[in-house]
Amino acid sequence: MAATSNPATEQYNFDIVKKFAVMTLVWGVVGMFVGVYIASELAWPFLNFDSPYFSFGRFRPVHTSGVIFGFGGSALFATSYYVVQRTCQTRLFAPGLATFTFWGWQAVIVLAALSYVMGYSQGREYAEMEWPIDLLILFVWVAYMAVFIGTLMKRKQPHIYVANWFYLAFILATALLHVFNNIAIPVGLFTLKSYSLFSGPQDAMTQWWYGHNAVGFFLTAAFLGMMYYFVPKHAGRPVYSYRLSIVHFWALSFMYMWVGTHHLHWTAIPDWTSTLAATFSIMLLLPSWGGMINGIMTLSGAWDKLRTDPVMRFMIVALSFYGMSTFEGPLMSLKDVNALSHYTDWTVGHVHSGALGWVAMISFGSLYHMIPRLWNTQIYSVRLVNLHFWLATIGVLLYITAMWISGIMQGLMWRAFDDFGNLQYSFVESVAAMHPYYAMRAIGGMFFLSGMVLMAYNCAMTIRQGQRAAQAAPAVALASA
Amino acid sequence: MFKFKHENLETNAGILLVATMLAISIGGLVEIAPLFMIDSTMEKVDGVRPYTPLEQRGRDIYIREGCYTCHSQMIRPFRDEQLRYGHYSLASESKYDHPFQWGSKRTGPDLARVGGKYSNEWHVQHLIKPTSVVPESVMPNYPWLLTTPLNYADIGDRMRALRITGVPYSANAEEYQRNVAQFGEAVAKTLHIPDAQKNLVAQAQEGNYDGDRTNVTEMDALVAYLQVLGTMVDFRQYKPEDLVKYR
Repeated sequence: MAATSNPATEQYNFDIVKKFAVMTLVWGVVGMFVGVYIASELAWPFLNFDSPYFSFGRFRPVHTSGVIFGFGGSALFATSYYVVQRTCQTRLFAPGLATFTFWGWQAVIVLAALSYVMGYSQGREYAEMEWPIDLLILFVWVAYMAVFIGTLMKRKQPHIYVANWFYLAFILATALLHVFNNIAIPVGLFTLKSYSLFSGPQDAMTQWWYGHNAVGFFLTAAFLGMMYYFVPKHAGRPVYSYRLSIVHFWALSFMYMWVGTHHLHWTAIPDWTSTLAATFSIMLLLPSWGGMINGIMTLSGAWDKLRTDPVMRFMIVALSFYGMSTFEGPLMSLKDVNALSHYTDWTVGHVHSGALGWVAMISFGSLYHMIPRLWNTQIYSVRLVNLHFWLATIGVLLYITAMWISGIMQGLMWRAFDDFGNLQYSFVESVAAMHPYYAMRAIGGMFFLSGMVLMAYNCAMTIRQGQRAAQAAPAVALASA
Repeated sequence: MFKFKHENLETNAGILLVATMLAISIGGLVEIAPLFMIDSTMEKVDGVRPYTPLEQRGRDIYIREGCYTCHSQMIRPFRDEQLRYGHYSLASESKYDHPFQWGSKRTGPDLARVGGKYSNEWHVQHLIKPTSVVPESVMPNYPWLLTTPLNYADIGDRMRALRITGVPYSANAEEYQRNVAQFGEAVAKTLHIPDAQKNLVAQAQEGNYDGDRTNVTEMDALVAYLQVLGTMVDFRQYKPEDLVKYR
């Protein structure tokens, strides 16, 4: 119809990218809403409503799966399909399989959320899905792998662009982690319930090897891939250092897999694993900052864009949060710091400075760049993008400040002794002391969520605008003929 | 002579794939694989046994309700935790935990040794409405536990699945005898799969966890589980140096 107006839409399979981009917005709104809801449950417990379905314990995985796999996962599918086509200058391999990854992945999120509220959970953080859903994830992932690697194979460019290395590492690592962390024996063929094959310390090690590398590859490497395409593209500058990208890619891929055990400091695992993980965690600062520096310095010579372009601002603030949380992470992996921070809200704050500050912000920036191009139009409102930026930034800051204060306060209250060597506070005194910070955190989340809703509205209007222009275009062409 | 250039990797998808796979495989192999083989991962202590059918069903409910999102079951070797919760947790204390429930967050207190600290009545009251016994609590109410009959029709299937993972529930006379030798007759009886339903009901009636002997509720199972947590090892038998070498 309007094919003449945009050759890229003919050259590439944008249909699948569009689908995932829209679902990124949908899951962003849903997942973050549930996040605000459970945060509010901790501040105002009456919100649990004595209902099994909305109680914090069952609802929390709905939030984590919704934002990590729904929002983050859809953003990664969308951008990886977009980036791999554009940088390889070829259409996607096996479009049928690509369509299957879309419907399969959406089914995974919906089934997971439903199963959690119904009370089915593996009881493993960020891997709560029961075995049939795990199998579906596996099928989707194999299809994804085939599409992505197949597209790399049929590229028209001799070189594989750096963004694709990161996407590839993410796809491979996620497959590896998913398979080994979800080995379970089902109670029966017709029930969702299963028991993990491993137990105790081995199970803990496997789970946190998975848990931390879900952060390392799903939420870091993949989003670095996103960054390596969209930051240079949007800034109109080449990547700052090719050499740095090589060094930090290999260092990051190798080192991340060693650090999961820092989630288990001082627990009943052998001390050497804990020490090894802490050592690698400290070293990991270098490749992490390599990525940050490479991204931020790409802007050198175009710094003025920060003042004029809110999309660029999203990307650079994302990289700054990435740098901050990858500094905070190694700090918290030191055993002495961890003794204070573990089990407290500090961890929750740390996760969100990465998840909201880095993962969500870089996705926002990339989507604001990509969505107008997919529908061959301009963004509906730059002012709304700007407003979203400030809502998101204020939201993250409120959130992490609240969690720093509450986390450190909890840690200090738990270990405080009085003059006679007795514990100074009962546990519940620390719970009571958290109330204002839990309220503050919920408010920070509301800021972030309202920014997300604005974005969904802005993008919906952008898409409508693009569709109308596409419908009008042939008419104009006819009239002029 | 072949001279390595990074160009070889980035112009060949296959080689890039293999190299990446190598880079990401090593860490996990080095840290996790040895734990399945090295003897020093687990302390040899007496008393740790698989959960009885009722306790295991309680554990299932603990997982179903996502208790681990707010409660840890892992006491660290610090003075304050010793005073607040008791002896630090041993690896062997969770050796029959499929999956482990060490947790990562203490919105509420650690539960690794909550067993025996409070009465059954306290637990029932607390689970129905936590603020009725701890006014500052932010824990949700779980009133449905007391009114929902426990489904134990598939307890045999559950134990058989756990048996495949390595928990020594006995399916036949030979395995039963082995359990008698390892755990003693009283415990071995509770681990016998063919008697699981009978044992479950008997324990619920005898323990009277929910305060009503006429039915078996989810409350019975969950309280039975909570009451056994951390009670299996008698720490008076061991000196600190017996255990610390495993850390």
